[in-house]
Amino acid sequence: MHAIEKILAKAAGKESVVTGEIVNCVVDLAGINDLYLQTVRSFFEMGGVKVHDPSKVIMFLDHYAPASSIVQADNQKQFREFCWDQGIDLLMDINEGVCHQVLADRGLSYPGELIVVTDSHTTTHGAFGAFGTGVGATDLAIILATGKLWFRVPEVIRINFEGKLPKGVYAKDIILHAIGELGADYAVYKAVEFTGSTLKQLSVSERMALCNMTTEMGAKTCYIQPDEITMEFLKEKVTRNYEIVTTDPGYQYAAEHTFDVSKLKPQVAAPFSVDNVADVTQYIGRKVDQAYLGSCTGGRVEDLAIAAKILAGKQINPRTRLVVVPASRGVLLEAMEKGYMKTLIEAGATFVTPGCASCLGTHQGMLASGETCISSTNRNFPGRMGHTKGEIFLGSPAAVAAAALEGKIVDPSQYLD
Amino acid sequence: MMEKVAKGRAFVFGENIDTDQIYPGRFVELTDVEDVAKHAMEGADPNFVKEFKKGDIIVASTNFGCGSSREHAAITLKAVGAGAILADSFGRIFYRNAINLGVPLLVCPDISKVVNDGDIVSVDVESGRVVNETTGATAQAQPMSEYVMNILASGGIKPLIKEQLENAK
Repeated sequence: MHAIEKILAKAAGKESVVTGEIVNCVVDLAGINDLYLQTVRSFFEMGGVKVHDPSKVIMFLDHYAPASSIVQADNQKQFREFCWDQGIDLLMDINEGVCHQVLADRGLSYPGELIVVTDSHTTTHGAFGAFGTGVGATDLAIILATGKLWFRVPEVIRINFEGKLPKGVYAKDIILHAIGELGADYAVYKAVEFTGSTLKQLSVSERMALCNMTTEMGAKTCYIQPDEITMEFLKEKVTRNYEIVTTDPGYQYAAEHTFDVSKLKPQVAAPFSVDNVADVTQYIGRKVDQAYLGSCTGGRVEDLAIAAKILAGKQINPRTRLVVVPASRGVLLEAMEKGYMKTLIEAGATFVTPGCASCLGTHQGMLASGETCISSTNRNFPGRMGHTKGEIFLGSPAAVAAAALEGKIVDPSQYLD
Repeated sequence: MMEKVAKGRAFVFGENIDTDQIYPGRFVELTDVEDVAKHAMEGADPNFVKEFKKGDIIVASTNFGCGSSREHAAITLKAVGAGAILADSFGRIFYRNAINLGVPLLVCPDISKVVNDGDIVSVDVESGRVVNETTGATAQAQPMSEYVMNILASGGIKPLIKEQLENAK
């Protein structure tokens, strides 16, 4: 069996599972975001009275943090009251940040865990050897009511990244490259595992970016076998016991792909699809109205550090806006302590409180018609950050910072030592 | 309950129609179904709601409903009365959301090649047989699992869970 099959089998109370089988699994942690009031409604519509196990439920007020309309405020109010009524202690209010980063910061993501969140980018938790997957509101309501959810055991695709990362090339670049080669629907209904020599050069932060983006090739979940880098990170964060599982020798992957990253250029995904990927050099000189640094993909301390390095002692182009959204309170605190926030604000950045902000096109950094944004987030769909005629290029945090400096898309490598 | 045979005018879309196009993020704060229904497909076709009639059919190429987990994307298409949604393939979470709500969703490889925008299409939801009544062309959708068929036949998953909770008492 594959490691992720072992995780599902254990959660289903079975010795083994096979690909394609439908299993009913006990969920270790179920997360709800503030966009999904339907979860609470569905719970009551199904006849739910008391949440099955409130200690396994976590609520995130992250997408509208803080509320920018009366409707949003009212939705959040109803969520808070639901938590208080139901004894859900893990209420991550508007002062916490993006769900996936908050889970990592608080040591709530660990190997072997089955995490289900009403957020499509829950694949992020593969970086910790967990089985993370996103669902809609009604599926999450079923977990609230019963503690369980059904899953079809997915085929697993292995992607190997080999070689040393060139200067200016990051996890975001290699995953954009892979998505560009394989396509936005390549892994629909399937799981993706990452292996290869390049992984040893990737921190947990970079691995989270990698796993996060597998959602953009349709993946149901993502997995990286925990190693010493994972364990070093978890040692600081996780206080509970957990079990690391490994894939049996001879496991047959549904497909395997190998990418040599040693000669890769920084990448961008051009409007309007995440698989519309090219070398950044193809778009050099394209005017940028907004540069956006943030989100569960590209708003961590390391991301802010790279941007601060590029912008230290400089000013962003006066015809460009740089919007910086730290992914969580923990990220913001650390970025403040290390001076990155100060550097970025001095360079002309606009700081937004931790959360999802305009990554999903609701508030705090919306695009007008005809504007172009370069963003360290994960989606460039039409209308994603506002107007459907606003264009989003996706790139690494370095590409975002360098574009803010110049007011146009540039190759970020030249700004790095 | 769902209609066994859906028949209506086809509204045809391309590949990778994401949930932001089906239901833009700035309206996700809305919670009442009547309000949610007003913005169906707004990001892909601003005239969709004006032209779409209850029972009409949505046809798309690959990866329809990719992107966000927002159930609004499924709620809005249910609310406008989509008779069926046919695509070469679907985004995973959207697929689950729509089935959970009792919206017939059929994976029908190459359907986008045999249906043109405005054609009249009939779909037998159980057998998966699709007939383009305008051109006479036919297509065959993949069979749905018994598990999924049971959810659709029950009008969505909520009645099933409700029954399960009551039996557990």
